[in-house]
Amino acid sequence: MTAAEDPARLRYLEETRLRRARSAVLDFIRRRPLGVAGAVVIVVMVFAAVFADVVAPYGPQEGTFSGLPEPPSLQHLLGTDAFGRDVFSRLLYGSRTALLVGFSSSLVGSTLGLILGVVGSYFGGKTDEIIERFMDVLISFPLVVIAIAVIAALGPGTTNVIAAITLPVIPRVARVVRSSGLAVVRMPYIEAARSVGVRAPRIMFRHMVPNVFAPYLIMLTAFLGQAVLLEATLSYLGLGVVEPEPAWGNMLRGQGMQFLDQAPWLAIAPGVAISLAVFGFNLFGDSLRDALDPRLRAA
Amino acid sequence: MQRYVAGRLLLMIPTLLGVAILTFLIMRVVPGDVVALRYSQAGAVSQDVIDRERRLLGLDKPIQDQFFDWMGQVVRLDFGQSLWTDRPVTEEIAARFGITLELAILAAIIASAIAIPLGVLAAVRQDSWVDYVIRVVSIGGLALPSFWLGILMILGLVVFFRWAPPLIFVPIWKDPVENLGQLIWPALSVGYRYSAVATRMTRSSVLEVLREDYVRTARAKGLRELWVVVRHALRNSLLPVTTVISLEFAFLFGGLVVTEQVFNVNGLGKLLVDAVAHRDYPLIQALVLIFSFVFVVVNFVVDLLYGVLDPRIRYA
Repeated sequence: MTAAEDPARLRYLEETRLRRARSAVLDFIRRRPLGVAGAVVIVVMVFAAVFADVVAPYGPQEGTFSGLPEPPSLQHLLGTDAFGRDVFSRLLYGSRTALLVGFSSSLVGSTLGLILGVVGSYFGGKTDEIIERFMDVLISFPLVVIAIAVIAALGPGTTNVIAAITLPVIPRVARVVRSSGLAVVRMPYIEAARSVGVRAPRIMFRHMVPNVFAPYLIMLTAFLGQAVLLEATLSYLGLGVVEPEPAWGNMLRGQGMQFLDQAPWLAIAPGVAISLAVFGFNLFGDSLRDALDPRLRAA
Repeated sequence: MQRYVAGRLLLMIPTLLGVAILTFLIMRVVPGDVVALRYSQAGAVSQDVIDRERRLLGLDKPIQDQFFDWMGQVVRLDFGQSLWTDRPVTEEIAARFGITLELAILAAIIASAIAIPLGVLAAVRQDSWVDYVIRVVSIGGLALPSFWLGILMILGLVVFFRWAPPLIFVPIWKDPVENLGQLIWPALSVGYRYSAVATRMTRSSVLEVLREDYVRTARAKGLRELWVVVRHALRNSLLPVTTVISLEFAFLFGGLVVTEQVFNVNGLGKLLVDAVAHRDYPLIQALVLIFSFVFVVVNFVVDLLYGVLDPRIRYA
């Protein structure tokens, strides 16, 4: 009986893994207070998004047209806009949009980057060269410019915004993953796997991916904040999530600008929400990077 | 050195070509073509008119021919006509290029003027309250969206100074003072974000250099501290700072696109957003291409600058 088949040994291995994971989390909490602060912001945001229906005093579209925004009061904690819609409720529903776009675009973009990076570094040669040249091209577009170009082709709307933000994430993650992958490929265990006849996809998935997972995770969290910011930017420009769907960016647009001097709460509240969210994601991402890979510590 | 420059220049060609192909393709993904879009609101238009227009724009040719036609025009700086204003795209862009360039330069100057002194100060006074304040201010710069900062600025200016963003910007050659007074606010709102990363980089880079032997030597021979910091520490820590400032150029572009919208600056960024709103595809193509070309060229120039800043770097 080999170790892999022994149930007792399996259970022991599983427990060790759990214990290690738990101690890593505890270590993170103890040593990175800023990261914990960031995590708290994220958790509050996730909570707001999940329970928006319960927490929000009004529906996102609910309100009677009055022509003038109402200042903050006990009925409307952060006031209303000109359509009589409760700003606080719209902020809560807006966090759904922000999280949906932020998570899905950075997850899909980073994962595609991971795949391209691993495939390129594993095969090397022509494959690598082709992928690299393509990534060169993608990375030559400034972030906002390529996102706007995608929107120009597909039109605004939540799904298209996700696509627009995903595209620029891919080459940036692929670069980082590839450079880690190039070191992993030279490891003896890869050669060993190859020599016993393990097929390429399995080597990449079972042996390469786990070993480039740290940089992948770091880039993923780093892009979360960026994606939220980019979504807000696009929505602010009218090229992202469009009215009447609530998004922090489009709340700043139109009325926020139009009633700037009469109803500043319309412009202040969503801006604070965006900044806090991005700040939270950045703090968490930075701490995670320091914890996982101190060598990547840059700007 | 010359061979290196030539090699790098040659390497830029496939990248730029790829950028052009991708820009061309993205605009072809559009459901229906430009002509269909143009007449989609016009109601019933006879198929004849549509076919004639398609032929006129060359849309009836195979896609690769269309691409080569387009590239042939692009090389001659002819981007066709704007679908919205019917003026040549090149004219539209030329009219707005200056103001965006000026805004970009102003923002870069402001960013460096903030980042380098603050970064050095934070490093010299490491772990004091000065350091903490500077670090918090620079982390804030990363989280505050530059357009929101711009909105807050306008809010403050409107409330306290009764100043509103002007409807028309005065060109710098007409009235430099008036022009700077108008552009300083958008430049500040972009520059703050731009400076945030550079400040952090300057701080960590100077901190590293301050631990070097030659800094100790400089101090030991009795140089004034200011001299040690400026001549020895700062000079030697500029390389990573330059890298970051150049890499962040992408953010500068992004910042410009939005900030021009906030402050109603009639530059290339606003033109791009308006072009997308009007579905003015020739204009969008031209602008996306220009922004990316500038980005690639800037990165290339910065690469060459390394050699000037750090003579130890040899281009083999």
